[in-house]
Amino acid sequence: MTVHEIRTRQSESKRGDASDGAIFAEAVGGRLSRVDGPAKITGAAKYAVEQQLEGLSHAVLVESTIAAGKVRSIDTAAAESAPGVLLVLTPDNVLRLNTATDWLGTPPPDVPYCPLARDITFSGQHVAAVVAESFEQAVAAAALVKVSYDETPAIVDLDDPKAGDGIPVDTMTKEWGDAQAAFTAAPVRICAAYNTPREYQAPMEPHGLIAHWQGDRLTVWEPSQWLDGMARTYAEWFGVPFENVRLVSPYIGGGFGSKAFAYGYGAVAAMAAKMLGRPVKLAVTRPQTFTAYGGRAATRQTVALGADAEGRIQSIVHRGVNETSVDGMWVEPLGSVTSIMYATPNFSSRQNVVRVNTVVPGALRAPGENPSAFGIESAIDELAYEVGIDPLEIRLRNYAEQDPEVKKPWSTRQLREAFAVGAAAFGWSKRPREPRSMRDGNQLIGWGVAAGTYPVRRAYGEAMVRILTDGSVEVESSSIDMGQGTYTILAQTAAEVVGVPAENVVVKLGDSRYARAGVTGGSRLAGVMTGAVHKAATAALDELVGLAISDPNSPFHALQANTLVVSEGRIRSPRGDGPDVSIAELLGSVGREQIEAMGDTTPATWTAEDRYKNNTTITMALPHTEGDYSRHSWCAHFIEVRVDEDFGTVRVSRVVSALDSGRLYNPKLAESQWKGGIIMGIGQALLEEGIVDRRHGRIVNNNLADYLIATNADIPDIEVISVGIPDLHSSLLGGKGVGELGIVGVAPAIANAVFHATGKRVRDLPITLEKLI
Amino acid sequence: MRDFSYLRANSVDAACQAAALPGAMLLAGGTTLIDLAKCGVTEPETVVDISHLKGLDTITVDDRGVTIGALARMSSVADHAEIKSRFPAVSEALWQAASAQLRNMATIGGNLMQRTRCPYFRDPANFPACNKRTPGSGCSAIGGVTRGHAVLGTSEACIATYPGDLATALVAFDATVHLGDRQVAADDFFLLPGATPHREHAIEPGEVITAISIPASAAAGRSTYLKVRDRQSYEFAAASAAVGIEFEADGRTIRDLRVALGGVATKPWRARAVEEALKGKLLEADIVKQASLLAIEGAVDHGANHYKIELAPRVVARAILKVGETA
Repeated sequence: MTVHEIRTRQSESKRGDASDGAIFAEAVGGRLSRVDGPAKITGAAKYAVEQQLEGLSHAVLVESTIAAGKVRSIDTAAAESAPGVLLVLTPDNVLRLNTATDWLGTPPPDVPYCPLARDITFSGQHVAAVVAESFEQAVAAAALVKVSYDETPAIVDLDDPKAGDGIPVDTMTKEWGDAQAAFTAAPVRICAAYNTPREYQAPMEPHGLIAHWQGDRLTVWEPSQWLDGMARTYAEWFGVPFENVRLVSPYIGGGFGSKAFAYGYGAVAAMAAKMLGRPVKLAVTRPQTFTAYGGRAATRQTVALGADAEGRIQSIVHRGVNETSVDGMWVEPLGSVTSIMYATPNFSSRQNVVRVNTVVPGALRAPGENPSAFGIESAIDELAYEVGIDPLEIRLRNYAEQDPEVKKPWSTRQLREAFAVGAAAFGWSKRPREPRSMRDGNQLIGWGVAAGTYPVRRAYGEAMVRILTDGSVEVESSSIDMGQGTYTILAQTAAEVVGVPAENVVVKLGDSRYARAGVTGGSRLAGVMTGAVHKAATAALDELVGLAISDPNSPFHALQANTLVVSEGRIRSPRGDGPDVSIAELLGSVGREQIEAMGDTTPATWTAEDRYKNNTTITMALPHTEGDYSRHSWCAHFIEVRVDEDFGTVRVSRVVSALDSGRLYNPKLAESQWKGGIIMGIGQALLEEGIVDRRHGRIVNNNLADYLIATNADIPDIEVISVGIPDLHSSLLGGKGVGELGIVGVAPAIANAVFHATGKRVRDLPITLEKLI
Repeated sequence: MRDFSYLRANSVDAACQAAALPGAMLLAGGTTLIDLAKCGVTEPETVVDISHLKGLDTITVDDRGVTIGALARMSSVADHAEIKSRFPAVSEALWQAASAQLRNMATIGGNLMQRTRCPYFRDPANFPACNKRTPGSGCSAIGGVTRGHAVLGTSEACIATYPGDLATALVAFDATVHLGDRQVAADDFFLLPGATPHREHAIEPGEVITAISIPASAAAGRSTYLKVRDRQSYEFAAASAAVGIEFEADGRTIRDLRVALGGVATKPWRARAVEEALKGKLLEADIVKQASLLAIEGAVDHGANHYKIELAPRVVARAILKVGETA
């Protein structure tokens, strides 16, 4: 069942009840519920790997059991003769693939790409794959593939003595004033190290795909945050034109940054499908989601703050390190919040990356900003205690009135309002200064505050809007909805512009045959796509009104009006005189089947190549500090924890967060995203940690019973308050980013609350019980 | 997972006969067997499905105690009115175990047979050495990631923690496991690893758990199960305690005390030393805390699990005081 069918059914069931109209007529800014919700909760939504295809076969991966070394040999004899086996893929019989352009647009080296490894750089690397008639047969045969290795010592993590200091990343260096001298001279100094472990996206829907070749045309059903980017990768791997690859991804069961790229297993499945001449399904298992692609890199930061006796920061000296893989590069920008949150005359931030034997790390909700905020927002809390002032007061005392790094005004920064509104709702003024001041039986109670921020990542978009014969409106885009509400806000946007009830808008997403789109990541989709749909819908409306005014067969022809208004799906003159007809009636009168309009926000000077780059790389995106302003979302979290004095267990008992994401296109959905980020932040603060067996360089808690994410029982009521105002420097309709903001600052707010409760400062996430007993 | 034969037993006798076949394993709720088969830990040649056997899911309560059929679901037992009132620790242990979905599927008999969560045990492809899986192959856990491993009852061959909650309560209240006509005390049903960690239960080939009985006692009637863990739900215990108290007529002097620990030992761990130390004593916080230290007598840590030695006595003390102070 498609979204369209679900929604038609909804509206039919409500026919005859006039009060329902208001719910569905909501425009941009209305609290329309998720239009894809019923399909998901009834199980009608069909996810990528649920497609039923004739002749479908099943691929299962074989992974390395060592972290470093070489594959000496692979014995496939037993697997090949196992029941149902169609193909055993190893580096010896793969198709020759090309290396593809990466997301930064880096031209690929002219060397073949092999998704199966001979040189092992991490435990869990794909070394072979088995394709069989059934999934069970493929699993059984994969267990029969015997791989022998020549093992070499691995660098298992940042603490490994072999890891060294790593490679300086000069582009991360930020310096102004003389930070070291100012720190040394400052009357109050604190300096501490803050660590975050490997963390994983853990989406409810694991990764996977179905690949199907028809001649030299490839169709891939795969959950995707970036259809066009992934289509380009597949096209370049297999040396076929971009247009020959179709990605289909109508629903995504959570991505959190992990579903923006085509990964090695995708190449394996598409290669097997080509070799076998039949469709291949490859479903990544839950344990494989810990090594088939990367989670958040483990990080280490040292933050030194020098201040005067009143707590005014004189200097920030920041050093960061994140791990990356042996043969890949991932930089987690650890100075991103450090450099902008507080005004300081002297600043220095530098960062290294250290190569260890892991899968190359990747994006996980607010990459950079999230660990960065854990460092600076913990450190300023420590400074507050050192100086002896309230942690909220010290943040206001160091409030950055402009971007301290680029010295430009903020486009909007409602952070002071967030502090004020959040503090009032939380009751912060009643907070006793001293740690261990509040108690309820065995429970020590603590209150913590921390701020968060995320840059406004802007890009260009396009969309197709059609007004159909029956007066309904159709929106098409190859962007996606991974739960954040794209279907819903684009319906609201088109409904508002054209003047029809939102229930009469059908949004089609997740198919690369639709109007092309760039990545859904970095909290940019809503701003980009509401703008594009707004433009396209405006063009469609203009054409509709033009027809009504000027077509000889239009009932409005004799009226000689300059313009007409469309609302609730009906066309009238602004003064209310003359005819009053439905859109369908007008289209019938003038003999038009439909009106179709492409709209985009791209510069008029752009070539086709520019558009291609816009949709398949991030090179055409606009920096958040481009032009006269620095653009960011902001938030302040106020959190209460209860720590059992004997057991060391931490429970979050209250959260009040005030957030500035500019104008909200749908407050209900924005609040849900903020809360989702806060919930993920609670898990990050208290539970999540990829645990490495340091003898083997292997993650041992690679499942959802042992890698702990927050359950409902861990989450209290969360109050979120919007303090944003429309920011037209950030997007066409005034919104700023929503999706990543909520998580930033949650972990330090909890760590600060734990200190207030217990007097113990925990600087290594997660804050597990043994750190407090 | 490899191919296996599937037999559906029509009677307990038929199930016993089938269970005697080499490589046979019983299927009831399936929450352990299927999970471990997917991991490649269990590779049954024959799966004997007993889930349809009639009459094995009844719960019978009388003056002497309760008898719970082996096929009763965890959720049904947890929610049973007389188990909640007369054996609260049993109900609480079940409610805090696993997740709602698992509790609705898993049976009481199968719950006793659940295996350890030791990550090395569960990953044969990467960690071939496991004395529990392959006798004599060694122990991958020792020297590895040991945060969840046992500090009590360990051996050089195995340090895997017994993961269950229910059995901790059963051991505390002298429950009996019925293997057809043969009856085994719960405390004896679970075996220490010693040199044979692959032998976890005192059950012989061809035997089927048919029921569990728990004798009524004043201590069981005034009892609790306290489970401590980082995550509030769906996590195994960092440490837990099943505790029951009977007071003398003065309402302050301890006549009978039952204490068992979970999450810290290789089997459900009855702490008789704590019980003996407190019998005849007044329920006072300092005395209880001091006596609770006896719970971890002989404990040995393997680095990252050292906190369990600190934590376990605190959990025991809190549970005793909590039960004792409830009117």
